[in-house]
Amino acid sequence: MKKMMLKPRTETELAEMIAGATGPLAFCGGGTRGFDVAGEALTTSGLSGVELYEPGALTMVARAGTPVAEIEALLAENGQRLAFEPMDHRGLLGTEGVPTIGGVFAANISGPRRIQVGAARDFLLGVRFVDGTGQVVKNGGRVMKNVTGYDLVKLMSGAHGTLGVLSEVSFKVLPRPEVAATVVVQDVDLEVAVQVMSAALGSPFDVTGAAYDPVERRAYVRIEGFAGSVDYRVGRLVADLARFGAVQQVNDSENLWRGIRDVSAFHGNAGDVWRISVKPSDAVELAEQLQAEALQFDWGGGLIWALVPAGTDLRARIAVPGHATLMRAGAETRGRLGQFQPEPAPLAAISAELRAKFDPRGILNTGLMG
Amino acid sequence: MQMPSPNTAILARKAELAAKLSTVLPQDALIQDEAETRAYECDALTAYRCPPMLVVLPRTTQEVSDVLRVCHQMGVPVVPRGAGTSLAGGALPTADCVILGVARMNDVLETDYDNRIIRVQTGRTNLSVSGAVEEEDFFYAPDPSSQLACAIAGNIAMNSGGAHCLKYGVTTNNLMGVTLVMMDGTVVEIGGAHLDAGGLDLLGVICGSEGQLGVVTEATLRILRKPEGARPVLIGYDSNEVAGACVSDIIKAGVLPVAIEFMDRPCIEACEAFAKAGYPMCEALLIIEVEGSPEEIDHQLGLIIEIARSHNPVELREAQDADEAGRIWLGRKSAFGAMGQINDYMCLDGTIPVTELPYVLRRIGELSKQYGLGVANVFHAGDGNMHPLILFDANKPGDLELCEDMGAEILKLCVEVGGCLTGEHGVGVEKRDLMLHQYSPEDLEAQLKVKDVFDPQWLLNPAKVFPLSVTEGRRAVELIK
Ligand SMILES: Cc1cc2nc3c(=O)[nH]c(=O)nc-3n(C[C@H](O)[C@H](O)[C@H](O)COP(=O)(O)OP(=O)(O)OC[C@H]3O[C@@H](n4cnc5c(N)ncnc54)[C@H](O)[C@@H]3O)c2cc1C
Ligand SMILES: Cc1cc2nc3c(=O)[nH]c(=O)nc-3n(C[C@H](O)[C@H](O)[C@H](O)COP(=O)(O)OP(=O)(O)OC[C@H]3O[C@@H](n4cnc5c(N)ncnc54)[C@H](O)[C@@H]3O)c2cc1C
Repeated sequence: MKKMMLKPRTETELAEMIAGATGPLAFCGGGTRGFDVAGEALTTSGLSGVELYEPGALTMVARAGTPVAEIEALLAENGQRLAFEPMDHRGLLGTEGVPTIGGVFAANISGPRRIQVGAARDFLLGVRFVDGTGQVVKNGGRVMKNVTGYDLVKLMSGAHGTLGVLSEVSFKVLPRPEVAATVVVQDVDLEVAVQVMSAALGSPFDVTGAAYDPVERRAYVRIEGFAGSVDYRVGRLVADLARFGAVQQVNDSENLWRGIRDVSAFHGNAGDVWRISVKPSDAVELAEQLQAEALQFDWGGGLIWALVPAGTDLRARIAVPGHATLMRAGAETRGRLGQFQPEPAPLAAISAELRAKFDPRGILNTGLMG
Repeated sequence: MQMPSPNTAILARKAELAAKLSTVLPQDALIQDEAETRAYECDALTAYRCPPMLVVLPRTTQEVSDVLRVCHQMGVPVVPRGAGTSLAGGALPTADCVILGVARMNDVLETDYDNRIIRVQTGRTNLSVSGAVEEEDFFYAPDPSSQLACAIAGNIAMNSGGAHCLKYGVTTNNLMGVTLVMMDGTVVEIGGAHLDAGGLDLLGVICGSEGQLGVVTEATLRILRKPEGARPVLIGYDSNEVAGACVSDIIKAGVLPVAIEFMDRPCIEACEAFAKAGYPMCEALLIIEVEGSPEEIDHQLGLIIEIARSHNPVELREAQDADEAGRIWLGRKSAFGAMGQINDYMCLDGTIPVTELPYVLRRIGELSKQYGLGVANVFHAGDGNMHPLILFDANKPGDLELCEDMGAEILKLCVEVGGCLTGEHGVGVEKRDLMLHQYSPEDLEAQLKVKDVFDPQWLLNPAKVFPLSVTEGRRAVELIK
């Protein structure tokens, strides 16, 4: 019979469950990730609810299991949003469930706007978490500038629950702009597309998205802000980018960017999906090295999504600096290749020691990150 | 303020240490002479001074690594130093330490406009990083007021901010990679020209670690294209509350200025007397700056002015040209100098939720009366980072202590209302003993564990950031071999 999932309702309960655990625990928020970590399942979805929202201070505090959708709806009512544009993985990964804000920060998930406003970790102001011994720890706070002691907030963001389980997060939000528009440069190859994106990102026009679709052979450049200002900047970019190819302006581009964010081009396709972060100008060389069945480019060329036959060790083909995460694959492949890029020896040693300090019994998402 | 007493066993081996260091460093990189080491006895928190045992000024990562290996072997504490502009005593030596200064490491290693990055040695000053990319119209965004002097090394160690961080973020948001030398001499590369960490975000925890986890010798920084233009508006109100409400409304309206600076009456008066910027005499002044093309600026300022008007300002002055913009900024930029003219002062750096602004200013006023010391407030209002300047007389016995007590009260107040002890200057020695007001012993223990991993013997800048009572057991580890 399937065992019940642990579902703490309070931080104290969560701490007790971890302190009392007799073996490994596998965490999820909404579980949109699907388990491939061994251990007793524990969901933070019972720790739900927004605790504080101050639109005038651009800050929100929420329990870690609060659904992202609930947060986005509340922000939208006040003309604000999560500016780092976290993706919804469900389509790509074929999973169900309700993504939680804790999961978003634990995985440091950021979308196209990351290049301009920063990553999820840049918006996370404070955390409360429970470490592997059951100790509750707080770090950071709810103010936008805080250098009091070490920044464990950043360390927790992207730790995928291996250093502690987040129970509460406070984060910065930003105003939703009046309008958005996209400049499309048509019929360009990857090399030219990278030049287009680089020119756009190197302009003074506050570009908030720069992506390339090699199937359509189109480079996309997004501008957001007040209507008049967007018109002006689009005009300048259209004029400037015309030297690379035929340029067109698209005003209603919300779906386009959602598709880029969620990598909709790969939804339902067979094969493994990798997510690679490199220096944008290395994209061209890397694309050749990858020999992938399909590619998508975001972050000016610096973020590459690759679709390859199941079981391919894509990391073995990569000969430029950066890191590759295995996002979608069967259990055997994930076990064999590991989801995360192995770190160079001295960093791997530091990371292992940090995990040993925060989780001395090795029970938090054991083995997920090395 | 207390510092640990120097370890006499280390002092006794000064000659041996100097001899070993001289085998790994060029002659001019090792300073032993007491007259010369005295130049390193303090940083910008000049109330506390202590000449170090030795000073080294390496030029390469390899030399830094060699120095640290030698010190590690001999169990000698090391205090990293950039330009020594810390206001928190972060670079304050102990008598038994080696000061490792990176000031001679100031090369630009790579500029890459296509990928919008610059790689520098960390002894390079903040302003000269922007200077290196200026001709292509790029800049490095974090702009501490000390930018002419402070080094990227200290910026990274303190996670420094600046007037424009409301839009561009602080150091950690603009730092992409570092070369870090660990206390045992191991050199590690973290991050680089690509975005985000593959594994744990070690870069995130190194930034702001106040020289306690490793010595940063090189850094990859994000550079940005300069905006087409920028223009400030000056708005005066007859109450702090109303000025605070105006700031909140502007933010809620979706306008995101690059800077919102706030000055209260004592500060306005001092600046006006000093810089003659033509400021109106009122309770609260806001300087709000926006960026873009001339039309974009007009539009944003239009929205801001409309909101400002709805709060009945006593003064509203829009810069018509560069000259007028310069005059609006003049007073603010000379605020610290102005205060220095009339008094000794201590600059605090607590951050509060912006909604608590009126309450906190009122409480500070009450504390000012209670302690009999004047306070001028100047701060980054958009993000709640306060800089109360407490005025005192260094020549009057007991005044510094009184001022420190009052400062501690103000910082505790910041924590009470949901803020923190320091928004950008760092803890150093100055706020070390207040840490337990913000964090529980367990919260601090989690931070100490990180240092245990990077520097198990607690040799790097060991007497900073955490209360000495909390770190005693860790610092007492017997090392002399
Ligand atoms: C680098 C990366 C790799 C990913 N790999 C996969 C994958 O292989 N398969 C997949 O289906 N999705 C994967 N995702 C998607 C992502 O995990 C989810 O879409 C997102 O976290 C949504 O939130 P959730 O609540 O559903 O999180 P979950 O999917 O439940 O959890 C995401 C991760 O965060 C941890 N976590 C969740 N809540 C907390 C918390 N409160 N405190 C600490 N840790 C917590 C989980 O243990 C897990 O490691 C990945 C994301 C990234 C950025
Ligand atoms: C007039 C004035 C105005 C200021 N304005 C601002 C402001 O607007 N915003 C702001 O944030 N700060 C401000 N400061 C504070 C100060 O300038 C910053 O903290 C600055 O970043 C310190 O840099 P530094 O190179 O002088 O560092 P130092 O003072 O030399 O050292 C600061 C800390 O960094 C550590 N450190 C130095 N080098 C290294 C290294 N290579 N590796 C690891 N650790 C190292 C030191 O051990 C110390 O803990 C101001 C200071 C003054 C005097």
